[in-house]
Amino acid sequence: MTNEIERVLLTQDDIRRAMTRISHEILEQNRASSDLVLVGLQTRGVHIAKRLADSIERIEGFRPVVGTLDPRLWRDDPEVASGQPLLPSDIPEGVDGKPVVIVDDVLYTGRTIRAAMEALLDFGRASRIQLAVLVDRGHRELPIRPDFIGKNIPTARGERVQVRITEIDGDDAVVLGRED
Amino acid sequence: MAARKLAITGGRVIDPAQGIDRVADVLISNGKIDEVTASSEWTMLDDYEVIDASGKIVSPGFVDLHTHLRDPGQEWKETIITGTRAAACGGFTTISAMPNTDPVQDSAAVVDDVVRRSAADGLVRVLPIGAISIGQKGKQLAPMGELADSGVIGFSDDGNPVADANLMRQALSYSVELGLPIINHAEDKKIGAGGVMSAGTVATRLGLAGVPAEAETAMVARDLHLADLTKARLHIPHISTVGSLVALRTAKDSGVDVTAEVTPHHLTLSDEWVYGLKGEVPAAVGSEAYDTNTKVNPPLRSRADVEAVIDALSEGLIDIIATDHAPHAATDKVCTYNEAAHGINVLETAFSSVFQLVDTGKISVVRLIESLTAGPAAILRKDLGSLKKGFSADVAIIDPGSKWIVNPEQLESKSVNSPLAGVELTGRVVTTIYQGETVFDLNASGVFSEAKQ
Amino acid sequence: MTNPTTAVGNNPAIETANGISDEGLVAPRQHLLDLDDLSAGEINDLLDSAEGMLEIAGRDNRKTPALRGKTIITMFFENSTRTRVSFEQAGKILGADVINVTASASSVSKGESLLNTVKTLQAMQIDALVVRHPHSGASYFISNHTDASVVNAGDGTHAHPTQSLLDLFTVRNHIGDMTGKKIAIVGDVLYSRVARSNILAFQKMGAEVTVSCPNTLIPDEWNLGSTLGDETGFGGLKLARNVDEAVDSADVVMALRIQQERQDAGHLPSLREYSDRWGINAQRMALANDGALLMHPGPMNEGVEISSEVAHGAQSVVEEQVRNGVAVRMAVLYTLCAPGKSTRIGNSESTSGDEA
Repeated sequence: MTNEIERVLLTQDDIRRAMTRISHEILEQNRASSDLVLVGLQTRGVHIAKRLADSIERIEGFRPVVGTLDPRLWRDDPEVASGQPLLPSDIPEGVDGKPVVIVDDVLYTGRTIRAAMEALLDFGRASRIQLAVLVDRGHRELPIRPDFIGKNIPTARGERVQVRITEIDGDDAVVLGRED
Repeated sequence: MAARKLAITGGRVIDPAQGIDRVADVLISNGKIDEVTASSEWTMLDDYEVIDASGKIVSPGFVDLHTHLRDPGQEWKETIITGTRAAACGGFTTISAMPNTDPVQDSAAVVDDVVRRSAADGLVRVLPIGAISIGQKGKQLAPMGELADSGVIGFSDDGNPVADANLMRQALSYSVELGLPIINHAEDKKIGAGGVMSAGTVATRLGLAGVPAEAETAMVARDLHLADLTKARLHIPHISTVGSLVALRTAKDSGVDVTAEVTPHHLTLSDEWVYGLKGEVPAAVGSEAYDTNTKVNPPLRSRADVEAVIDALSEGLIDIIATDHAPHAATDKVCTYNEAAHGINVLETAFSSVFQLVDTGKISVVRLIESLTAGPAAILRKDLGSLKKGFSADVAIIDPGSKWIVNPEQLESKSVNSPLAGVELTGRVVTTIYQGETVFDLNASGVFSEAKQ
Repeated sequence: MTNPTTAVGNNPAIETANGISDEGLVAPRQHLLDLDDLSAGEINDLLDSAEGMLEIAGRDNRKTPALRGKTIITMFFENSTRTRVSFEQAGKILGADVINVTASASSVSKGESLLNTVKTLQAMQIDALVVRHPHSGASYFISNHTDASVVNAGDGTHAHPTQSLLDLFTVRNHIGDMTGKKIAIVGDVLYSRVARSNILAFQKMGAEVTVSCPNTLIPDEWNLGSTLGDETGFGGLKLARNVDEAVDSADVVMALRIQQERQDAGHLPSLREYSDRWGINAQRMALANDGALLMHPGPMNEGVEISSEVAHGAQSVVEEQVRNGVAVRMAVLYTLCAPGKSTRIGNSESTSGDEA
């Protein structure tokens, strides 16, 4: 699985600006509700959610709750993530009656988000669920649409979009590579 | 009995009873041996059928003192017919039927029936063994005199030990007048405490209850002392432990009238075969372990015990090989190890499996053949196991270079419970002649031809 | 025993909550019959998943659709309410249909019924079979006659892999890395599948294991006061001369159940004497390290192998073990039944790492 050609789609600065913009959009659409919960999907979505929370705190002065969710057990294609252990989910104070924004790095077929929504519904009854993604690469297989998008990047199926996050990968970047 | 005249020519004739080991021709007529002679010393006449045995070994037909025919009573496992066919395929022209049938052979009526049916239907000679105690229950002596009149060659409760030392003493004492050996299955079941394989590292890893060697050794020692006390003939079946051999040597040195037999499996397989990998020890126990075809009584022992019995057989401390052929049906073996019946299917693989020891130099081929022919005949005190003039023309012709892979489905026995499935062996009986008739021929078409190996 | 499938999608460096694991759960297994051929890495991955499962099992609404449509049968030939309920709950939280079959090994006639029972279930196309049987090797036998995944819930005196996994999980949660830690197991080794499995499991994770019990309850070829060599399969196991020696400076003290049958078979003069000489009580626990864990697979004979005081004391993690049992069994059932069983194997549309 070597990436023969690697093209940087978003640089560190691009990502920072996109996240700032998304934070503003989230605040706008949620009337700055102090009940807001950002649920990051394991693993990179969690870090993105934390950065959004930081950003919102800088802008508005309050910090939304950040939760983590591993939707693996709700997937319809469990073998996709097989080989990786299940990670714990943790949403402090639950989601009942609260507005929730699911946060993930890349939106592709939509299956992960579908699983995450169902997992969230099993957690409790959110008043509203929205979706924030850093990159939307198209090729949806389910009727899922994001509310907040960092960047739309049309891709071919054979291509691979990789989001790198400093906390995990050492630097911030979104790169495009070709799969074998 | 065939009137036919038969000449087995050009083979290496090994007849330990006569001290013969040379290339020679064996001449047979009217079902009896005429002579063993060099080819230059006789003239071939037209009415001789010739079997060319060049490159082969020509031996007296093998004599087995320990066979379980399961007939009467458990005919789904084996019958006199299938058992004697299996014997013929293995080179055995005489086998001895253990009495643990249903009904037990503890009366003249049952023994006479076995004798009669064997004579009528058996492909080779079957000699009866009588029970030591009624029903083999170890409580009351069987009518040993009556059984002797019916032709039994010895007495055994095999399968069960005679646990009561007094009864064993009385049995030995009573047998003296009859001149027949007591063959006690030496196993102290209390020491054995429900074990299903030999105690040791393998049993511990597999979590199987283990039988210590001392369960056999302790009773062998007891029997030897009682034989000394009573001056009776004692024959120790399936001897398998170092401790038993030590006791045996001391007893023989002090003049106890004792003989001992060892099975082909105790000479070639160790408890490591229970891992299911043909003796290999795996790093991790796998699903081929708990091979019920290795479950036998006495159990397969440690490698040290195996080496000891090989040496003991080679030097003559152990007198003979006896198969303890114990066929079982699939329902008795396709189950958990605890549930499985004890016993291995041996007749057709016996010679080949121990022949591997000749290849590796652990035993000479002459001694091996002696332990299957002259040795057993001496214990029986019968004119068998030799190519002496006038003896029944019982011959086994062996191809020492023949390679074959054991396939239990292709064996003549009704049962398939052999742990050697898939093992390649070198050396095989290719022709068996009984009373001058060919009862097994590997290369002929018909009932006994092997389709393929 | 393993059933490797094609690696689906990209498998980038496999992350766990604790960092990169050495081998990871790369090839989905078909059965869990013992821990013999699991690497430390695979075990850690299972325990990592158990953490996630523990969180789910602790929720109010603990239902997931992960194994929806799968059928799991628990087939217990030995009485055991706690283990069976633990597996049943594990399967149900994962959304599977769990059916319990109890059978008595003594009423099963030799072999035939066990084989036929398994073949009958095989014809009903079940996904997993959780088996407890009084004969060692029974679970291997069953796995050779069915396509379902077989989980060994205890075979004779041979192995009890899920018990070991939950014990490892419990210890890991308190102590973390087990390298060099001292584990003392006190109790019947000869007849105990928990002892055998735990000795192997803790050794595999780098711990030093010591055992203490009457000489009549270890194999004849093991000698008290010695350390076993590798050829025994339990290389490195220390056999203490007495229980105080075993418990001294231990990080974990594990007491095993002593059964009346042992006295009946002449291995012990009485349970009272056992309790006197090997029972884990407050004085003996004081010899262990500060904060040492006290464990017991249950059910406990309070007053025999363990005193009530320590059984319910501050160092006891017995209740945690039970809770962890469900989580660990969820991880096991999920690992065996979910990945690689769907018809979507090899679907190149599915890529991991970047799909959402």
